[in-house]
Amino acid sequence: MPGHHIIVGGGLAGLTAAMKLAEQGEQVDLFSIVPVKRSHSVCAQGGINGAVNTKGEGDSPMIHFDDTIYGGDFLAHQPPVKAMCEAAPSIIYLFDRMGVMFNRTPEGLLDFRRFGGTKHHRTAFAGATTGQQLLYALDEQVRRYESAGLVRKFEGWEMLSLVQDESGDCRGIVAIDTRSLEMRAFPADTTMIATGGPGLVFGRSTQSLVNTGSAVSACYQAGATYANGEFIQVHPTAMQGEDKYRLISESIRGEGGRVWTYRESKPWYFLEEMYPAYGNLVPRDIATRAIHKVVFDMKLGVDGQPLVYLDVSHLDPEELNRKVAGVLEIYEKFAGQDPRKVPMKIFPAMHYSMGGLWIDYNQQTNVPGLFAAGECEFQYHGANRLGANSLLSCMHGGNIAEPAMINYAKSHKSAASSTIFDQELKRQRESFDKIFKMSGPENAFALWRELGEIMTENVTVVRYNDRLKTTDDKLLEFKERWGRIGLNDKGKWANQEVLFVRQLWNMLELARPVTLGALNRNESRGAHFKPDFPERDDANFMKTTMAAWSSDGPRFSWEPVDVSLIKPRPRRYDVEKSASEPKAA
Amino acid sequence: MPEQTQVLRIKRQETPNSEPYYEEFEIPYLPHHNIISMLMEIRRNPVTRQGKRVAPVVFDANCLEEVCGSCTMVINGRVRQGCSQLAEGLGGPVTVEPMSKFPVIRDLWVDRSKMFEALMKAHAWIPIDGTYDLGPGPRIAPHVQEFAYLFSRCMTCGCCLEACPQVNSHSKFMGAAVIGQAYLMSQHPTGKMNLDERLDAMMSEGGVADCGNAQNCVEVCPKEIPLTTAIGAVGRQTSIKWLRDLFMK
Ligand SMILES: Cc1cc2nc3c(=O)[nH]c(=O)nc-3n(C[C@H](O)[C@H](O)[C@H](O)COP(=O)(O)OP(=O)(O)OC[C@H]3O[C@@H](n4cnc5c(N)ncnc54)[C@H](O)[C@@H]3O)c2cc1C
Ligand code: SF4
Ligand code: SF4
Ligand code: FES
Repeated sequence: MPGHHIIVGGGLAGLTAAMKLAEQGEQVDLFSIVPVKRSHSVCAQGGINGAVNTKGEGDSPMIHFDDTIYGGDFLAHQPPVKAMCEAAPSIIYLFDRMGVMFNRTPEGLLDFRRFGGTKHHRTAFAGATTGQQLLYALDEQVRRYESAGLVRKFEGWEMLSLVQDESGDCRGIVAIDTRSLEMRAFPADTTMIATGGPGLVFGRSTQSLVNTGSAVSACYQAGATYANGEFIQVHPTAMQGEDKYRLISESIRGEGGRVWTYRESKPWYFLEEMYPAYGNLVPRDIATRAIHKVVFDMKLGVDGQPLVYLDVSHLDPEELNRKVAGVLEIYEKFAGQDPRKVPMKIFPAMHYSMGGLWIDYNQQTNVPGLFAAGECEFQYHGANRLGANSLLSCMHGGNIAEPAMINYAKSHKSAASSTIFDQELKRQRESFDKIFKMSGPENAFALWRELGEIMTENVTVVRYNDRLKTTDDKLLEFKERWGRIGLNDKGKWANQEVLFVRQLWNMLELARPVTLGALNRNESRGAHFKPDFPERDDANFMKTTMAAWSSDGPRFSWEPVDVSLIKPRPRRYDVEKSASEPKAA
Repeated sequence: MPEQTQVLRIKRQETPNSEPYYEEFEIPYLPHHNIISMLMEIRRNPVTRQGKRVAPVVFDANCLEEVCGSCTMVINGRVRQGCSQLAEGLGGPVTVEPMSKFPVIRDLWVDRSKMFEALMKAHAWIPIDGTYDLGPGPRIAPHVQEFAYLFSRCMTCGCCLEACPQVNSHSKFMGAAVIGQAYLMSQHPTGKMNLDERLDAMMSEGGVADCGNAQNCVEVCPKEIPLTTAIGAVGRQTSIKWLRDLFMK
C-alpha cells in the first residue's frame, strides 16, 4: 500500500518532494498558505549552481564542494554538502528537461554565469527570474500528478501545529483554512516542513510576506531542535523600501556591476581595492561588512545616508537587457530611475537564514516522522550561503527526503489513536478563542515592526554581546506586550489579523534561539561577526548550535561538525584560494 | 506646514455574499510608499478618515516585487499589482478595488482558482518520462529561448482576465493567460510532442475561439507578454487540427 505524506510548503523544496513522492505512487497532501505558484521561491533572480563545466574552466563538483564548504566557513557537515554538489548537474538537467527556459549559448547549450564566492561560471539562469521559472516547472509537474489524483492541494491552508503521539512521534498536523477559519487535523505517515525562511522575524527583509518562520517555530516548540539559528545572511545589495527591502541580485555584480561611493569627491571602488582577488564578487558577508565599514566607520555613505552605489551604467545596455533585465526592471519600477543610466543606491538587508530545523543526513528532524527541506532546515550552507546554492539545496533536500519518507512510512504502519488528533485540535481551538478575546491597547502589526527594528539593528551584520543581551530582554518584554494586544478584527471569516497575532507569537519564540545563539558564539565565522571576537575559533566553536525549546527559554547544546573531507583552513578573499585544496575522497 | 497625506478610498466587502461598501483612510504621504505599504500602514492604525476604528483591510500579497502575482487589484480603475504602484504621482483620493472578474473572498482578496484549474485542463506541462537522471534536455537555440522566455514570466495574476470583455459571468472563456501558457509549452521540443492534448483543451468550451480579439489583455499584462501572438498562433493551430481531425475521422 502506498504511504500517505503531508508536505507543508509549496516552494521549491516542498514541490520537489511532492513530485518525487507522487512519482513513486505515494499519496501526498500539500499545504500552502498561498497558492504554491506564488511561493517565495519566485523571488530568486540569480540562478542555480551546478559544476557542469561547459566553459572549459576545469570546474568540477569537487571544486563546487570546496567553494561551498569554504564559503560556509567550515560549519557545514561535509558529507551531505558533497552529495549535493555531486547531484547538482543532474538537478539542473532535470529542470532543463522539464522545460525551464534557461539562457543558452550560441550552440544551444545551457549558459552559466559567475556568482559570488567562486571563480567559475557555474550558475545556470533563466533571464533574471530563475526561481520563478524553476518553481513554475515544478508546479506544472505537480499539477500533472494532481490531475492524476496522487496529490491533493490545500492552498490557502496554514499549518498550525504538529500532532504527536505518546512517544512524541509526528502523526500529522493541525491546519486552518485561512478563509473560513475552519480547523482540521490531518493524519499522515510522515510530515515534511518546507516552509522557507524566517525573514519576517527581522521585520523588513528581502523575503516574502508568508516567510514568518511560524511553522518552524511551532515545530521547535513541539520539540524539534533548531540549529545554527544565529547564522543570518545579510545581502549586501538591496533597495530600501517601506514594506520590504528589494534585492538587487548578485548577478548584477556577476555581469560586471561595480560597488562604489565618493571619497574625496572621486568614485572609490572599495571592494576592488580591499579584495583584489575577488573584487566585487566577494561573498555576501564580506561585501556587507565592507559596506557597513564604509558607511558607518568612515562616514562615506552617499549623501550622508546609509547607501552606496551599485553601478552598471558602464556596461552595454543590450547585453544587460538580455541577461539581467528583470533585476534592472525591479529597480526601475520601485525607484523610478533607469539603472542603465544612473547608478543604483543600495544597502545591505536581511536575506537568508543558514540556520533552521536540525535534520539528519536523510532530512529527518529529531522528531521521528518529521522531515524538513529547503530554507527552513540548517544542513547545507554552514555559516554563510553562497549565492545560487539555495535553490540547489531546496531541490536536493526534496530529492533526499523522498526515499527516507517512503521507508519511514513502510516501517511505521501502526495506526495512531484518534484521541491525539482531537486533543491537538482542541488545544488549537482554545488558543484561537483566547486570541479572539484579546482587547488590550497594543497593535500586533506595530509590535511586529518594533521586533523587526531591534532584530535588524542588533542581530544582523555586527553583533555585540551587550546588545544581544538587551535584545533578548526586549524579546521577553515583547512577549508580555503580546498579551496586551487588542484585536481590531473580530470577524470569523478571512480574518488575517487573528492569524497574524498567532504568527507573531511564534516569531517571538523563534527570535530567541537566533539572538541567544549569537550571544553564545564568541567568535566570528561566516555571516556571524563580533568585533570583540574578530577571529574564527575552531577549537571552541567549530560546532553546530542546537536549541531545544523549553518554557523558560531555549536550552542549548552543541554538536561537532563533520569535517572529515576537507581540512579547515582560514577563509580569505583578498588572495586567491589555492587551487589544490579538495583532497576529498 | 501641515503634514502631507494621501487618501485611499477602498472598496470593502466582509464576505463573498455581503454588500460591498467604500471606506476612506488618510495616511502620511511618503513618495516611496506603494499601495501595499499603505495598506500595511492602515493595519497599524485601522482608523478611517472619519475617525472610526474598523477591521484592517484584508489583502493578498506575498513577494512585494511584482513577481508572484498575488496583489492584483484595481487602482483608479486600472488593473495592476498594488505592490509596484508607487504613491508618487498618484495624487489625491486613490480608489482601490478588488478585481471584478473573480469572486471576492474578503475586501481586496479574490479567488483566482479558476486560472489554476484552466492550467490543469490545458495540460500546461512538459510530459517528462521521469525525474531520474537522463542527462541534459534538448538543445535550444538562443532565439527560441528568448522568445519562449517572454511567455514563461506569466505570474497568473489575472490582469488579462480582468480587462477582457469576453471574460464575464455568462461566459466560460478561460482567458488569455492559459492560452499563452499552452503556447509556451509548445515552444519546447519535448512539449511539442503532446501539442494535440493541449489543442484539444483549447478547442473545447471556453477555449481560444471565444476570444473576441479585443486586445485589452496585451495592454494590461504587467509582464508585457505578447498574448495576441499566442492567441493568433494557437487559433491557427486549432483550425489546422480541426481540419485534420475532420479528414482523419
Ligand atoms: C530576493 C531573493 C532572491 C534570491 N535569489 C536566489 C538565487 O538567485 N539563487 C538561490 O539559490 N537562492 C536565491 N534566494 C534564496 C531562495 O529563493 C530561497 O531560499 C528558496 O526559494 C526557499 O525555498 P523554500 O522551498 O525553502 O521555501 P519558499 O519558497 O519560501 O516556500 C515556502 C512555502 O511554505 C508555505 N508556508 C509557509 N508557512 C506555512 C504554513 N504555516 N502552513 C502552510 N504553508 C506554509 C508557503 O505558502 C510557501 O508555499 C533568493 C532569495 C530572495 C529573498
Ligand atoms: S484579445 Fe481580447 S478577447 Fe481575446 S483574450 Fe485578449 S482581451 Fe480577451
Ligand atoms: S498573461 Fe500577463 S496579465 Fe495575464 S496572468 Fe499572465 S502575467 Fe498576468
Ligand atoms: S505581492 Fe507579489 S506581485 Fe505584488
